[in-house]
Amino acid sequence: MTGLSTKQRVWWGVITVLVLVYALFPVAAVAATSFKRPSELNSGTFLPPNPTWGNYEQILVGDAQGLFLSALRNSVGISLIATAIAVVLATLAAYAIARLDFPGKRVVLTTALGVSIFPIISLVTPLFNVWRSIGLYDTWAGLIIPYLSLTLPISIWTLSAFFRQIPWELEQAAQVDGATSWQAFRKAIVPLAAPGVFTTALIAFFIAWNDFVYGISLTSTEAARPVPAALAFFTGASQFEEPTGSISAAAVVVTVPVVVLVLLFQRQIVSGLTQGAVKG
Amino acid sequence: MSTQITPAAGGRTPQAAADQEEAEVRRGHEAERSDRTRAEARLGWYLAGPAFVVMLAVTAYPILQATFDSLFRFKLTAQDEREFIGLGNYSMILTDPVFWSSMWVTLLITVVTVLVELVLGFALALVMHRAVRQLRGLLRTAILVPYGIITVVSAFAWFYAFDINSGFVNSWFSWVPGIDENLNWFAETGPSLFVIMASEIWKTTPFISLLLLAGLAQVPGDLEEAAEVDGATWWQRLKRVVIPNMKAAIMVAVLFRALDAFRIFDNVFIMTGGANNTQVLSLLAYDQSISRLEIGLGSAISVLLFLCVLLICFAAIKLFKVDLAGARGEG
Repeated sequence: MTGLSTKQRVWWGVITVLVLVYALFPVAAVAATSFKRPSELNSGTFLPPNPTWGNYEQILVGDAQGLFLSALRNSVGISLIATAIAVVLATLAAYAIARLDFPGKRVVLTTALGVSIFPIISLVTPLFNVWRSIGLYDTWAGLIIPYLSLTLPISIWTLSAFFRQIPWELEQAAQVDGATSWQAFRKAIVPLAAPGVFTTALIAFFIAWNDFVYGISLTSTEAARPVPAALAFFTGASQFEEPTGSISAAAVVVTVPVVVLVLLFQRQIVSGLTQGAVKG
Repeated sequence: MSTQITPAAGGRTPQAAADQEEAEVRRGHEAERSDRTRAEARLGWYLAGPAFVVMLAVTAYPILQATFDSLFRFKLTAQDEREFIGLGNYSMILTDPVFWSSMWVTLLITVVTVLVELVLGFALALVMHRAVRQLRGLLRTAILVPYGIITVVSAFAWFYAFDINSGFVNSWFSWVPGIDENLNWFAETGPSLFVIMASEIWKTTPFISLLLLAGLAQVPGDLEEAAEVDGATWWQRLKRVVIPNMKAAIMVAVLFRALDAFRIFDNVFIMTGGANNTQVLSLLAYDQSISRLEIGLGSAISVLLFLCVLLICFAAIKLFKVDLAGARGEG
């Protein structure tokens, strides 16, 4: 913080605190609630008077275990597969868009844009009906396929933007230096392309992980129901008890990985989002 | 390749033969070039084709199916009574006050959240843009947290904070006129919508502010400096130099967020389930199709929602000349 006057320092301190409160306060509120005992839920205070791990026990080893852990497994599995398929297909497409001159370029990019603004709920009704008749309702595949409508367009956009910035001449330079074309690709291009592919996968995963509409519409049991949908179906330990505590604990469990990923890859995520969106 | 150089035939001057030869060679090059172009186009489609086909399969097919289904009276619990009724579903929906109230609520949420997010997002973008190196990482990380959080989690966080039983907002803000211990935020339209929009704004402002940050980076620094040297105040520089130079980025950000806000579903579902006149279009379609199994009516609402999104897009591109492709990297 050298080169700043005292006044500027104070200002930046205030601004930073404001931004941190804005960004983290709701998270802190859920975390605080997750440590409250059932009797303290209505205390009207922010912090739990006597913190307890009870709600976490409830969802990880207790009665709500079946509901939550299976949802967690479904969410991780389905989102990862949908992300992997999207990234592979998008890598091929983005390579073609960035390197080759072919007439379909604009069509592919425009389609990706169109798909990304599509109202998801418009797709749900027909899918619900068709999935029920062909046996894809309430299965992993039944979610992975529609999830591609979420993950594929953003992957194509982000990767094309990344690939456009790769100095492809390096490949030829390596070949001139005696590398085979495969070696040239692997040694010169892959290291440059990998960060973009990774960032794209991260962003696509966030989007799949966030889905709620497909999740509640196309599943009915623990066989495929992902976390966001499962949260909406939590019930209290008894019918007189609100599931507030367990939902908050589950919310914290699924939020922690996101916060860790953001902490680790903040720079990459920012560059991925901004490049895919507006050419920088 | 069909290049063939014919030997100069008798009876022609050497010059003419050479000309012809040259022409043939040139033609050969052209053929080669168009061959290469064709091969490149083929390779391009081989690579981009699968992604293209998958995208069409997961969107174009369902929307066509929905359009078809919307022409029938069709309830899953009474499949035998499926009957073609033309535009009957549409006329039923368009004359139903519930549809119009959902439409207005959806539009209200869209307009309010996008406006607030634009201002708030711009402020956050300026903070990230100006921050000294040591703070930049911290600020960006903090701002990315809401972006990464599941919308449903955000909805629960805001819901529990305001809830009359488990919340703390009532006791913290009891000094604000109109807020007291007994205020039930989710019993009336206005307060419910306020919390729904607050959650939506909190969760999606980071996205808009990152788009604006990218726009800020495109504003030429020397222009701003020149304005400063000329004695322009901070506000004048912002209004006359920065904003006009990032108009494209602002337009794209607004359009994307508007389309996204128009599809709002998660927050409303979790907080009110559409009670007290907080019903939105997406939730209305969900209720018809998935809860009541009225595939015909649900499909018709889905198609109408799709048409609304198309209309917003078309209006933005025509009226405000938003160049989506241009701003999003092509060209």
